[in-house]
Formats: sequence, structure tokens, C-alpha cells
Amino acid sequence: MSEIIVKAEKLCKTYHLFAEEIKAVDRVDLEIEKGEYVSLMGPSGSGKTTLLDLIGCLDSVSSGRLEILGSDVSSMPESRLIDVRRGRIGFIFQDFSLIPSLTALENIQLTQYFAKMGREKTDSAKLLGRVGLGNRMNHLPKQMSGGEKQRVAIARALATNPSFLLADEPTGQLDSETSKEIIEVFRELNEEDGLTIILATHDLNLGNQIPRKICLRDGKVAE
Amino acid sequence: MNVLSISYKNLKRKKIRSSLTIFGVGVAVAVLVSLAGFDRGYQKSLSGNIDKMGYQLLVTAKGCPYEAATLMLKGGGGLRYMEDDIYQKIKGDERIDMITPQLVSTVFDPERLEGQGGFVMFMGITDSYLDLKPWSKFKDGKWFTSDDAMEVIMGYEAAELEQRHVGDEIYIPKVDKILKVAGIFERSGTQDDGVIFMPLKTTQKIFSLPGKLTGVGLKLKDIQEIGKFEEDMYLEPGIQIISMAQVRGTILNLISSAKVMANSIGVIAIFIAVIGVINTILMSIFERTKEIGVMKAIGASRVAIFQLIWTETILICSVGGLLGSIMAVVGSGLVESVIKAVLPYAPSGQIVLIEPGLVGMAFVGTIITGVIAGIYPAWRASSMRPVEAIRTGE
Repeated sequence: MSEIIVKAEKLCKTYHLFAEEIKAVDRVDLEIEKGEYVSLMGPSGSGKTTLLDLIGCLDSVSSGRLEILGSDVSSMPESRLIDVRRGRIGFIFQDFSLIPSLTALENIQLTQYFAKMGREKTDSAKLLGRVGLGNRMNHLPKQMSGGEKQRVAIARALATNPSFLLADEPTGQLDSETSKEIIEVFRELNEEDGLTIILATHDLNLGNQIPRKICLRDGKVAE
Repeated sequence: MNVLSISYKNLKRKKIRSSLTIFGVGVAVAVLVSLAGFDRGYQKSLSGNIDKMGYQLLVTAKGCPYEAATLMLKGGGGLRYMEDDIYQKIKGDERIDMITPQLVSTVFDPERLEGQGGFVMFMGITDSYLDLKPWSKFKDGKWFTSDDAMEVIMGYEAAELEQRHVGDEIYIPKVDKILKVAGIFERSGTQDDGVIFMPLKTTQKIFSLPGKLTGVGLKLKDIQEIGKFEEDMYLEPGIQIISMAQVRGTILNLISSAKVMANSIGVIAIFIAVIGVINTILMSIFERTKEIGVMKAIGASRVAIFQLIWTETILICSVGGLLGSIMAVVGSGLVESVIKAVLPYAPSGQIVLIEPGLVGMAFVGTIITGVIAGIYPAWRASSMRPVEAIRTGE
């Protein structure tokens, strides 16, 4: 039986805006197994990023149950959520979110420094080589193109040898050619390394290239 | 990779802002170190000057003790005179080890200081003066040929200023007399360097003050007897007795209000610098809200973020402290000349004394200040919830 990485039951995330209650994620049931490559699809405001934040243990659950890597994180305080995500979940953001004062190599080492994990550390230079940036190790983010920055972000996400990757609109700021290259990197990571990847996108074309699609609309799973 | 290198690189991102904050801390530390150096240096110089006067007690005509104290150290007008008889009377006291009479007179010389004019201090002394100041040595020449000779012995600086050598003549304008330079003292580092000495009798004669003295300096055989001796002298009419400890206290009192003011300015400067540091770090945190959120997302704990921001604050304060200490040491000469120009009485010697211990204390103090100043910004950054920080910063 395959290992369950993410298991959500009637998962809800509610925000309050003045007197109004906004259900960003509304009773979502979901199971993602190890090695899956999943896209969370939907238009802007459908709850993709909020669901990704919940799965990434960046935000707390309002109601329902959420298990990440076998741990029930539904009622965990922030101080404990850090222990679940640290070193086990890799994040990739739309705007790359690299630390501008650090080089490509240092951005990767920073993640390893924060993780301070007992897990085996991956060689940062090798990681950069793997995403095709072996010759850009000592370059600052401002000296790199968008595609290169996103490659560094992918390498950074892999720095702690995580159990799964979460990517929020990873091609949102890239041209179509560069987007294809990035998607190819994800495909390789999933097919060759068996890495679980959950990717949020509103791009149908991109979503259709991913084996499993979960569509969201108004915070609910539509399919 | 360590927290220090990450913090350093963060500060480097806003070079001008970080540099200005460090400079602000540096200036505040330099002011404080200079003031503390002045406090130590002034007291040490004053004590040195007073010790080098050679006597423990000074008998003068009754009057304002503050005036008497500064007069004996600096000279000036408005002198009061007492009768020579008093000297004759007290010198027989068995408790006295050494005693010397003095007659001070000041003369305005319009030619002095390149035509701007200035006061010259003349002091009538006897050979007992040298008994009380055994360190006084002749650079050139010798003692007066007689106790009523028309001769002078010049202090080192007085001779330099007047450009006089042994054998030269010196004109005293007020009394229209010409005296011969018999000797020049070596530099003593005291007020004596600026004085022109004459035989006591000659001074009394040319200034038309027969049988008059401005003071009698004395040293007792047993220093424990000072209290009793002073008590006995109070009974003598027309005189007052001032101990050198009183002189020291009097002068320190004279400058104490200025010191309180200056120290307050120093404390305010540090306070403003600390506010500047906190402001800089808080601004940096607000600008990096998303970045802090991302750091938390990729695994940074609250402690790690706290350490990072705290280290930035401590780094700014440490470098500022180091810069301020260097500024204080390098600029101590300038500070000294400014203070000497504005103080009512500045003793000779180094009055801004910046010792390694003081610099070390200032440096450690700045680091401690950084540790305290960094707590709030560091707590604020570490308390950010990652999802909110990422969204707020977008």
C-alpha cells in the first residue's frame, strides 16, 4: 500500500473580513500519495494558494482534519507546525523569493542552515549543477534571469531532501519557453526521483501536462 | 554559513542607511568616551598640579576662598595682601616642616601676545621656595645673586614666550623697571612654567608693597596634624588657611555644573543613537516582511529569526562602538584644546585622558546597549506568522 503524504477530511479555512465570513477552503477531502505529481487548478481566488499554505503547514486549519506525513496538524500551534515543515516540505514561490543579498549557493545553504536537520544534507553545489546552474553558483539573484532564479528556488527547495514539493504558480512570472524548461525540471524530479510534487496553477495548458488534476472553485474541490 | 555572515550581508544591502546609523552610534560613543576621559584626566591633572605646588596648606589674607584657590593656581588681579609679620609668627610653629612666603603681582603688558596685550604673573620668593619644590631644576643660569637683586628667574614657558635667555633684560611696564634674567627653570608641567620669579624683597620694593605677602605655603611634619593646625590658625585675625584638598574640591565644584551638563548631553546622544538603531532595524524588518516569511517557510524557527535580527543590531552597535572609540582617541587632542579654551581653570597636562580600560568599557557598554536595543525588533520579526508575512510583503 502506498504511503499517504497528504490527507484532508472536510478541511476548512475561514477568514473574517469585518462582519463577513469568507471560506477560502471549504470542506475539502483529499488524499495525495507518495510519488504523485498533482496540480491544483482553478481561477484566481479559488483557494489554491490557501490550500497550498495549509498543506505546507504555513497556516492553521479552521476546521476539519489535515494529516501531513502521518501527523495530524489540524490543531497544531505555529510553534509545532515549524517542526513538521522544516526540512520535510520544499517551497517554490511564484516570485522566486530568493534572498537578494545571498548568492545562488548561499540561498541553498541558508535553507540547510535553518533546517539543522539530522537528515543527510544534499551537496548545494551538486543541486545547482542538477538544475543547470553549476556555473552561476556565486551570482546574486539580481544577476540572474527569471528562469535561472526559479531554478535556484527549485534547488533551494530540494536542499533538505524534502518529502514533497509545493509550488505556487511557479511559471507565473516566466515566458512560455522558460516555463517549459521549469516544467521539465519538475517532471524529471517526479519521474526520475519519485518526488511528490503539488503544484498550484491557473494555467490550463500547464495543468493538462500534469498527471493528476484537482480543480478548485470557490474553495471547494470541483472534480 | 552562520548567523553573523547572514546579518552582515543584510546590513550591506542598505549601505548608506547602515553607515549613517553606525556613524550615529560612533559619534555618541565618542562624545561619551571623551567626556569620561575628561572627567578622569581633569581630576588627575588637577591633583598632579596641586601635588606639584609642594605644600599642603596655604595661608592667605581673609577673603573669598574660591578666589584664593584659583589665584594661587592661575594668578590674576584683585589680590589681597597680608602682613609679613604673620609669616614670622607662624614659621616658629614646631609642627611645620617647611614654609615659604610668596608675593604675587600681575602686570598688564600691552606688547604681549603679538600686541593684543596680556597679564604677566610675577612672584616674589625666597630660597625656601625650592625646599618645597625639590623637583625644580635650572635649565640655564642659577639662583639670584642676593635676596634683593634686580633679577628674575623665568619659568620655562614664560622664557619661551618672551624669547629671553640668561643675561637678557626684561622690562616691567607698570613699574617701569628693567631686571636681568638670572636663570630659567626646566619645564615642570605646572603653572610655575608661566611665572616670572623675583626675590621677595625685590618684589615688595618695585611693586611698592613693603612688608606685604599674598600667601604663605607650608608643609607639616605630620600630615595627620593638618586638622588641628587649621583649627589653630582660625584664631589668627585677618588670615584664612586653605588646604590643597580644599583647593582641589573648590575647583572641581566650579566645573561640576559644566560636567553635569556635558554628561547629560552624552547620555542624550546615546539615547538618540539607540532610537536610531531601533528605527533602522525596524525599517529593515518592515521592508523584509516577505523575506522573513519566506525564511520561516523554508525552515527558520522563531529563535533563528530572533538571532538574525538581534545580531544585526549588535553588529551595528559593535562597529559603531569601535568607530566611536577610535574617534575619541584620535580626536582627544582637539577635544582637549576646545575644553581648555572654554574652562574657567584648566590645569596643565593632559586633561582628556582616554585609557585602554575606558575604551574597553565603552566598547563593551555599546555591545550591551545593542543587546538591549535589539530585543524589541528581534521579537517583532520572530513573532511574524509566515503566511501573513508572505502575503503582507507581496
